[in-house]
Amino acid sequence: MKREGKIAVVLMVLVIAIVVIPLFALKGAEFGGSDDAGSQKVEELTGEYEPWFTPVFETALNGEIPGEVESLLFCVQTGIGVGIVAFIMGRFVERKKHEKSSSSC
Amino acid sequence: MTKTQKRVLKFSIMFALVFAVCPTVSAMHIMEGYLPPAFCIAWGIVCIPFLVKGFYSIKKIFTENQKTITILAMAGAYIFVISALKIPSVTGSCSHMTGTGLGAILFGPCTVSILGIIVLIFQAILLAHGGLTTLGANTFSMAIAGPFVSFGVYALCKKCRVNKNVGVFLAAMLGDLFTYCVTSIQLALTYQNEGGSIVSSAAEFFGVFVPTQLPLAVVEGLLTVLIMMALENYAKPELKAIGFEKSV
Repeated sequence: MKREGKIAVVLMVLVIAIVVIPLFALKGAEFGGSDDAGSQKVEELTGEYEPWFTPVFETALNGEIPGEVESLLFCVQTGIGVGIVAFIMGRFVERKKHEKSSSSC
Repeated sequence: MTKTQKRVLKFSIMFALVFAVCPTVSAMHIMEGYLPPAFCIAWGIVCIPFLVKGFYSIKKIFTENQKTITILAMAGAYIFVISALKIPSVTGSCSHMTGTGLGAILFGPCTVSILGIIVLIFQAILLAHGGLTTLGANTFSMAIAGPFVSFGVYALCKKCRVNKNVGVFLAAMLGDLFTYCVTSIQLALTYQNEGGSIVSSAAEFFGVFVPTQLPLAVVEGLLTVLIMMALENYAKPELKAIGFEKSV
């Protein structure tokens, strides 16, 4: 149990390091999406490429989704996910505690 | 307003427009409209059997094995979180992870295809990320091919008696990377380079994706190990119920 805790801490530190280091190592880099890199590659290979279908939401808005709104939507997605994970994990943890205390009585 | 002020203002507006128009969206899926209709339909059809199988296995969970719904929800939520996080990588561009490894290890690859397609539809409609026309292709790469590799790698590690955490790590990481392999191949089938060979085009696309994705795949592996450790600690009965952990 204690060893597992240590592993968990090490893993978390590693995750944060991998994510944060590029930010500092590559100051001033653009950090655009690699999907765009893919689309650029397509253009490189085929010349000008005109996507034949635009996203539904963008058609409805008649343009790009505003950046802030987009980050909001991404946050909503993360929020839904984290909410569910936290809720279920919380239930599991409490259940285990409960089982322990009731079995020791 | 003086003339110079106006000029500055105009310039700043132009500057803003130019940069606002640059799509900063999207990190991994094939973008909307980037595959010709025939390919869209073909990839969609390829996905159908997996989705049907997945649908039935989820239905079975709901009717026969209700205890494990929580774990299923957890695996789905994990994909939601992980695939919404865009993470900067060593190449100076951002990408995001797939998160399908966990579900694949726990429930098998077909079940994950349903969870994956829910996330992909969400992103395609609301976030203009990926797309409805490329849904089939993206589903195949992220929700089917990747999970199958994760599942296979994990099974192999289990057979060879590799440490469980190492197995989970490898499974999630390789599944994530393989998703990008498949995306490269899908793009290469559609767009060939000058030489015209599919293999070299695939390699070229792969070269664009992999340097960005490799560190992220490692992150995904590590996160999946973390959440598996948590589950093993607190959700033993559920894991047993889905047949993940037979002996305790």
